[in-house]
Amino acid sequence: MKKIKCAMIGPGNIGTDLLYKLQRSEWLEPVWMVGIDPTSEGLARAAKMGLKTTAEGVDGLLPHVLEDDIKIAFDATSAYVHAENSRKLNELGVLMIDLTPAAIGPFCVPPVNLEALLAAGEVPNVNMVTCGGQATIPMVAAVSRVQPVEYGEIIATVSTKSVGPGTRKNIDEFTRTTAGAIEKVGGAKQGKAIIIINPAEPPLMMRDTVHCLVEGEPDQAAITESVHAMIKEVQKYVPGYKLVNGPIFDGNRVSIFLEVEGLGDFLPKYAGNLDIMTAAAARTAEMFAEHVFNKEA
Amino acid sequence: MSKIIVHDMTLRDGMHPQRHQTTVEQMIAISTALDDAGVPLIEVTHGDGLGGSSVNYGFAAATDEEYLSAVVPRMKNAKVSALLLPGIGTVDHLHMAHEIGVSTIRVATHCTEADCSEQHITAARKLEMDTVGFLMLAHMASPERLLEEAKKMVSYGANCIYVTDSAGYMLPQDVLDRVGHLRQHLDPSIELGFHGHHNLGMGVSNTVAAVQAGAVRVDLASAGLGAGAGNTPLELFIAVANRMGMDTGVDLFKVQDVAEDLVIPMMHNPIRADRDAATLGYAGVYSSFLLFAKRAEAKYGVSAREILMELGRRGTVGGQEDMIEDLALTMAKARELQA
Repeated sequence: MKKIKCAMIGPGNIGTDLLYKLQRSEWLEPVWMVGIDPTSEGLARAAKMGLKTTAEGVDGLLPHVLEDDIKIAFDATSAYVHAENSRKLNELGVLMIDLTPAAIGPFCVPPVNLEALLAAGEVPNVNMVTCGGQATIPMVAAVSRVQPVEYGEIIATVSTKSVGPGTRKNIDEFTRTTAGAIEKVGGAKQGKAIIIINPAEPPLMMRDTVHCLVEGEPDQAAITESVHAMIKEVQKYVPGYKLVNGPIFDGNRVSIFLEVEGLGDFLPKYAGNLDIMTAAAARTAEMFAEHVFNKEA
Repeated sequence: MSKIIVHDMTLRDGMHPQRHQTTVEQMIAISTALDDAGVPLIEVTHGDGLGGSSVNYGFAAATDEEYLSAVVPRMKNAKVSALLLPGIGTVDHLHMAHEIGVSTIRVATHCTEADCSEQHITAARKLEMDTVGFLMLAHMASPERLLEEAKKMVSYGANCIYVTDSAGYMLPQDVLDRVGHLRQHLDPSIELGFHGHHNLGMGVSNTVAAVQAGAVRVDLASAGLGAGAGNTPLELFIAVANRMGMDTGVDLFKVQDVAEDLVIPMMHNPIRADRDAATLGYAGVYSSFLLFAKRAEAKYGVSAREILMELGRRGTVGGQEDMIEDLALTMAKARELQA
């Protein structure tokens, strides 16, 4: 089996953490790290780890895509530049895994809809929603596969140190994109997302609350079983994904309280929000490598 | 002393103790009476601001759009403001409020996270709204840190900065230090404001301290109707302001009548510093957690006071209402294990 070659765009926290994860992959080989600042620490770090680097943005990567056989690119920049990055790389046949909230391609939350995406075959672009979406949408889906969810609401609480300037500058993109994916992927008729940033020291572990208002009386046993099964699915790629309390039932409300501890690759363990994004992106790319690209080869 | 701008909280912070069930009719009655009493600025939204209606904070009796559309056209002199917490509300909500005729937008972040307000402050500024940066739980930041965050909000376009004592934790010296430091270092064209809670009974004295340190906007609520033990009571502050020779333009007897005739009769519970509300001020916890902690006590048998103390120890911030039920469940489990 030949490893599929990958490029990372954006050498910040997310891009670097992703690089650590890809280096362990049986299916993927990280080859390029793309940045825009020649003095960036992230580029220097990637170069030290043996990657090819460019500080010329995606344009610096384009001439090498074919000769280096790059098949998958991860974009960890911002929603605003993602569209251009994606268009340019798609033209060269590269699958774009989008870690920004741009959401051009279909949303992907691995344990919920990755199989369906794979079954549909090659797509030019998949979007990883948001950290809060990755952490909570599996739970909304766990409830909605048992009975209809009228309304799904999630509250993601993350530590100050784990939220970069890009997210802060565009915090509405988090709430909008997550709310949209609660509906489209989670299966709720209406979605709402809230993000809270907490500066406590030592930094708090990412925690998430999921509230679903279901149609009719909740089937407590079936929902509880479904939630526990889904937790195990997420734990396959985020071992620190933990059900703290619930599901609790109050009228037609089902509430689930979660904590997400990261693997501590490049980012500290409390930054489960970043870890679940990079882990989900790596898993998505691996599954595409295994099921789509290798079949072609 | 320059004129003090009274900003009424009864129909926004006052939504918390009413579980956001204040009706459109009550909003109209109170806002028109306050307008008639000379209150120049009245805040109207869900207690957690635009878009706050949710399982987490409670669904309101009407939408923000319904409340604002009912109140704004009925104001003769008063202007209407709306609160917006980035992470809960979005710029879309802001545009909705602006279209209805809201003139002041208050963009609220935790006191150390001002850089989450850029999108919203910039948007409000573009619409030429009166744009306020609202630094919550301000006791958790030093005066120096608060200034850094205030400067960020000013750089995005805020023309007024609030020191917000969301926990009712501050003592007058804390207020003097913070408001004074901002006044000393921010451009004189930037107005300062103070938002107090009465959890330790310091609402009026803290607000007086803020004015002495240079604040010109003060948040007050009729009969104190606000989260926790309420906001600084409007009618008490006006009496004090009159005695001190501050110019507020508000008619004391009229606002007393609003409190007695309209607000007190509709209160779900008396607004007072009971042991739980006082614990908010003592432990430095966000005031709107009060009813959630009381409900958790009723449901899970864990004392609200213990829950609030633990939330203080954990450094919870505004908006973390979901933590209360989670924590109560965990505390109840721990108790079971012990037994």
